[in-house]
Amino acid sequence: MGLKQNLHDFKQKNKDKKWLPLFSAFHTFLYAPDEVTHNGTHIKGADDLKRTMNTVIMALIPCLIFGMFNAGYQHNIQTGDATHVSVGFFSSEFWTAANFWIGFAKILPLVIVSYVVGLGVEFIFAIKKGHEVEEGYLVTGMLVPLIVPVDIPLWMLAVAVIFGVVIGKEVFGGTGMNILNPALLIRAFLFFAYPTWMSGDKVWVAGAVERTKEIAVGTSADAISGETILGSLAQGQEVAHSVADMFYGFIPGSVGETSTLLIILAALFLIFSKIGSWRIMLSSVLGALVMGLIFNQFTASGIIAEGTKFYGLMNTPFWHHLLIGGFAFGTVFMATDPVTASQTNKGKWIYGFLIGFMSIMIRVFNPAYPEGVMLAILLMNVFAPTIDHFVVQGNIKRRLNRAKVKTA
Amino acid sequence: MGLLPKKDAKLITDPLLDNNPITIQVLGICSALAITAELKASIVMAVAVMAVLAIGNVVISLLRNVIPSKIRIIVQLVVVAALVIVVDLILKAFAYELSKTLSVFVGLIITNCIIMGRFEAFALANTPWRSFLDGIGNAAGYGLILIIVGFFRELLGSGTLFGIPVLGDPIEKTGVYAFGYENNGFMLLAPMALITLGIIIWVQRSRNESLIED
Repeated sequence: MGLKQNLHDFKQKNKDKKWLPLFSAFHTFLYAPDEVTHNGTHIKGADDLKRTMNTVIMALIPCLIFGMFNAGYQHNIQTGDATHVSVGFFSSEFWTAANFWIGFAKILPLVIVSYVVGLGVEFIFAIKKGHEVEEGYLVTGMLVPLIVPVDIPLWMLAVAVIFGVVIGKEVFGGTGMNILNPALLIRAFLFFAYPTWMSGDKVWVAGAVERTKEIAVGTSADAISGETILGSLAQGQEVAHSVADMFYGFIPGSVGETSTLLIILAALFLIFSKIGSWRIMLSSVLGALVMGLIFNQFTASGIIAEGTKFYGLMNTPFWHHLLIGGFAFGTVFMATDPVTASQTNKGKWIYGFLIGFMSIMIRVFNPAYPEGVMLAILLMNVFAPTIDHFVVQGNIKRRLNRAKVKTA
Repeated sequence: MGLLPKKDAKLITDPLLDNNPITIQVLGICSALAITAELKASIVMAVAVMAVLAIGNVVISLLRNVIPSKIRIIVQLVVVAALVIVVDLILKAFAYELSKTLSVFVGLIITNCIIMGRFEAFALANTPWRSFLDGIGNAAGYGLILIIVGFFRELLGSGTLFGIPVLGDPIEKTGVYAFGYENNGFMLLAPMALITLGIIIWVQRSRNESLIED
């Protein structure tokens, strides 16, 4: 008798125990469940919920590892231990063990807190309701550490995760029933609850907050500050980063969203494994480009004069918007969330386009909310069922009309 | 309550829990969301509504046999509007700062659904004494929720109660702030009031399953 059989027997023996869902969660994580559908459908795809989730997590791993290197790199640049040189993606300045360990020590706790707290809430609800633990948190738990600033205090993250999972998901009935993307809800909660930790120029570089305190008490004199590119643009400052930096991701920002290159690779992976919807990704990029072009026209034609409030962000070349901020990350990993996005194909085009369009609009018009993509996706999450409704109704009407013509 | 006969006591105790105007009937939500960022404002609002509702109920109950049913809404509006203006003037005279915090929401007591609801549902068909008790009870149920929401919002949002710091000084980093705690700015925004209210409703209904509709 192997381990597998032992575990199975153990499960059979304790069938009525209250904590069984807890055990099954780990059991099915290790071994694919052998219980299959008993009636009805007999042909099933191999891509169950767990497989889907694992694919997305695989796509996220490169971003996570890059984020660790980048956190250390940004920290070292600011402390003077590394120099900022505009080089290729495989620059030996960037991929150093020193960079990695700084980022690793900062980001691993974020990942652990996110998973422990989030899965803890899931387990409690599963035991209370007496159903199997749902896999829904696997992806959310990985997304959350990637979309927060690296210096966020762990207890804030824990509070936000509890809020996001309970209010965002469990009250609606758990995985698959939520209206809003839980990961974005967690970020939005942090953003509104603790704005000083989520925006400004002090939070994006590891150690910047501590350094500010040291300056206050006089033990250190060199400030660490790393404004995100969006932040600099909103304030009309010069951007100190080249386009190559933006594309490769050697810029300050939330942990996992800086490298557009890796996100594009992840997007291709998701599209070819048929997990992510290419319609949403493509239409949302189109939406962003259209909005960016419109703003570029404003500045080119002189409607918005140089030096006025919105000039900096409006005058950004329209395609830069795809590289800076969390746009790429949000579009690929969050807008495509199959639960909260539109379900119909036509709906996906509308949904994606409006996300891109509004992300850039919020970004430009409200510098207080530089991360427009978060709010745009949350807003469109709310409208996704409405979009689907009209698409379906439109289809029914069209087909009814066709039927009428035939009978006439 | 030994002071009142059982039937009358029920008029006060029922709306406090199992027939609470906010959590069960879901009336008067707008003011509950708008003014509960501070505990003090919540209490003043609760008292103001109690005064208006209790007196209004008595007046309507006294007039119940002479009001023609076709124009009863207008009569009710006149009564409640007059009472609200009195309350507003009293607030302005004796608690000017608070009346500024409450701003338009004192005036909006006129449109508070609880008041019109009680006039229609109770005062028009009951004696003045019973109507008075009903008004006190419903306003107390409304106030209770306001105070609970206000308590949590002010405590977690500003770290104060009645404007007095209870968690330490956020700038000097004393009290719990020394451990890295920070005020939750989201609690001061209206969405969090709605969510707090939702959690209260959730707790209440999971404790008393008979309140769950279908």
